[in-house]
Amino acid sequence: MSIAETAGIVVVGASLAGLRGAEALRRNGYSGRLTVVGDEPYRPYDRPPLSKHVLSGELAPDATGLPELDTLDAQWRLGHAAVALDRAARTIRLANGTGLAYERLLIATGAQARPWPAASGGGLEGIFTLRGRDDAARLRTALAGGPARVLIVGAGLIGCEAASCCRDLGLPVTLVDPNPAPLARSLGTWIGSVVADCLRDAGVTFHAGAQVLRFAGDASGRVVRAHLADGRAVEADLVIVALGATRATDWLKGAGLMADAGGVTCDGACRVLGADGTPCPDIYAAGDVARWPNPLYGGRLMSVEHWGNAVAQAAHSGRNMLAPADDQRTYHHLPAFWSSQFGINIKAVGLSEGADAVAIVQGSRASRRFLAVYGRAGRSIAAVSFDQARWLPAYAEAITAGRAFPPIRDASDQGDYLALAPGFPPPRAASTLIEARHG
Amino acid sequence: MAEDTLFSEVLDPANRANPYPIYARLRETPVSPQRDGSIVVSGHAAIRSLIFDPRLSSEDLPPSRRPRTGNPLKDWLLNPIKDRIATAHRPLIFRDPPDHDTLRHAVMREFSVARVQALRQRVVRDVDTLIDACRGRDEVCLVEDLSYPLPVSVICDMLGVPEADEPQFQAWATQLATALEPDARHDEASRHRTVAAFDAISGYMRALIRAKRRRPTADMLSALAAPGPDGKAVMGDFDLISTAILLLVAGHETTVNLITNGMLTLLRHPGELERLRADPERAPRVIEELLRYEPPVHFRTRKALGAIEIAGQTIPKGAPVILLFAAANRDPARFDDPDRFDPDREDNQHFGFGGGLHYCMGAPLARIEAEIALVALCRRLVAPRLMADPPPYRPGASLRGPERLGIRISGIAPGQS
Repeated sequence: MSIAETAGIVVVGASLAGLRGAEALRRNGYSGRLTVVGDEPYRPYDRPPLSKHVLSGELAPDATGLPELDTLDAQWRLGHAAVALDRAARTIRLANGTGLAYERLLIATGAQARPWPAASGGGLEGIFTLRGRDDAARLRTALAGGPARVLIVGAGLIGCEAASCCRDLGLPVTLVDPNPAPLARSLGTWIGSVVADCLRDAGVTFHAGAQVLRFAGDASGRVVRAHLADGRAVEADLVIVALGATRATDWLKGAGLMADAGGVTCDGACRVLGADGTPCPDIYAAGDVARWPNPLYGGRLMSVEHWGNAVAQAAHSGRNMLAPADDQRTYHHLPAFWSSQFGINIKAVGLSEGADAVAIVQGSRASRRFLAVYGRAGRSIAAVSFDQARWLPAYAEAITAGRAFPPIRDASDQGDYLALAPGFPPPRAASTLIEARHG
Repeated sequence: MAEDTLFSEVLDPANRANPYPIYARLRETPVSPQRDGSIVVSGHAAIRSLIFDPRLSSEDLPPSRRPRTGNPLKDWLLNPIKDRIATAHRPLIFRDPPDHDTLRHAVMREFSVARVQALRQRVVRDVDTLIDACRGRDEVCLVEDLSYPLPVSVICDMLGVPEADEPQFQAWATQLATALEPDARHDEASRHRTVAAFDAISGYMRALIRAKRRRPTADMLSALAAPGPDGKAVMGDFDLISTAILLLVAGHETTVNLITNGMLTLLRHPGELERLRADPERAPRVIEELLRYEPPVHFRTRKALGAIEIAGQTIPKGAPVILLFAAANRDPARFDDPDRFDPDREDNQHFGFGGGLHYCMGAPLARIEAEIALVALCRRLVAPRLMADPPPYRPGASLRGPERLGIRISGIAPGQS
């Protein structure tokens, strides 16, 4: 089949996965027409610095551009999101009304920040979310204006990184989270409590187990305080809503694909499934938006919202898009993420979800330099390092191989070994509450 | 019979000039148990994995004999054993995290890019002076004329050790470096000489540190002896002494091999010598390839704290593990045409400075010294010819390099400065 002279390949999504996918197509020998569609008016940029160096003012928002392959030779359609997909006509429609034909499609639309609902004060001035470059630029400007108090809703990775930055800027910060500790969902409360100590030492007021019900504004529509479910109020003139993200799949409604707010479902080769469950040979997905059966987890459907997955899955999908039907390779991925906050480099591999035990196998919790492993039913499933990332590959290998928990005893800096309950919140309790309340 | 004695062939001085054929045989089993229970690791992939394995320890003491009280003197009194270096003064190359990390962090803060770059002009001058001194001769003895005095003078300057004192600790430094050689470590008489050398050099360092505290200067020792930003000592006195000794010995015993091996290799590859002479910009490539092809340190020994499965073998708990970096550097599974000296090689992730958490702290300094020395030698020695090939080697199998390198010349060209 020749797709070289015709509509060619269209990549929807001009962020990390879109760019890496386009590059993979070229690297694998595709020389035909290549179009990249993006909803923002910018060439691909890197998001991790947005909640770190951009907020602190060390890096300008427009200095985050990703390096691009010299020979990419793509047509960029930026500034207008894709709003509809017509599989029969093999076209997508953009927000400005124009149509775009494709021979093959790579869906890499990512995710969007979960907004605060307007009914509970979401429209007030001074309330921010943080996902894109413009969000970061607006928030940076507001922080530089010296707010009297910053309130951050949600103590996940973005919320904690923002809290760390705000304290570096000398701003008073209150952080509110429904769980007993920060990062509870990704690391459990036992490890999360180390971050709670960091928050406290840095002077952040942390309300654990608390929920914001609504925001109140002044006469001019500016936010002035938040009302919590326990009756307390927090005075704040700047609010950062950090409640995670939803997959950007709205535009696929009516396209006859298996897609919802949790992602677009693919087969093991990252081919998108039609509503009847059969893979579309001409539509692939990659990055945050892609939900696929990960063989490392017994074929469980998952989508992984991390940088490393965007890069690896895009490369994989790009390769499969050009390969014949009998040479479609299955995508295996061990999830991994990192975060910088309070002067600590946190790095994790595996999925800690469902862990029934956690143990520090190197270093100590007191020194805040350690390596902890998570186990489930006697197997090692995840590991996290605080300023000890150099050892992580050894654990990643053990987790991939499904070794016993803990995979490594006798480390050179092993303290007294003790396996404890990791303390994970009940599955999705927090977000269900929020979604239920606002939905 | 032959297979479990391969590493003893590596140690045999008769093979010092060319250990690479033995390395190739060792690599047939990348993780290779020896008759004495040690494990020799010679494959690139296996070493790469092991240097980031937390079960591999650099401590040469069982936990029961490690310092416990935080006061090394008290440890020694509580736990009197013959080998005082072992308990009280082990330098950080023989230690594990977290202590290792604390010490290394303190040293690396002072081993700054600024401090190393500031030495560049000085190295250029030193090299020119040393080569100038060979004027009028028709042969150069590279080790004594340049490869040895240059790094010694540079490390003394950087640390703040008066160069006039250097002759008195030359012999100590050479003896202390034998701590890395398996033969010397197993020889009781040599161990006693090492302890004596350590005592002597410790006494010297103790006095020098006292002097630096009274009158601090701009050098590294003054900085390490001064209180840190929080007002506390960056390291205890015992650690300070052992760290100073480590840096001094490393400055004496490693870069000398890089420069001498480098010139030897260039003289064996006259085309490359000519290219470097014509284009000094090639120096970084040449140095990286030298670090792969003829590294100054051939192996380091660790110990497995637990059983480690790797490359189809199980390294048993407690086994000494010899990381044969120089063999991994020529692993055909990792490098194309590995026995070819090719500075144009693009993919060159060698273990010339070791790897992992004990990666050479002095790497940037060694690179600068070797670049400047080799470029100057290529440009200034007129028609250099090797007088003996192979040259006589120093005894060390780990810190491996020529004892002497006689080069016949037809003159000395003028210097740059």
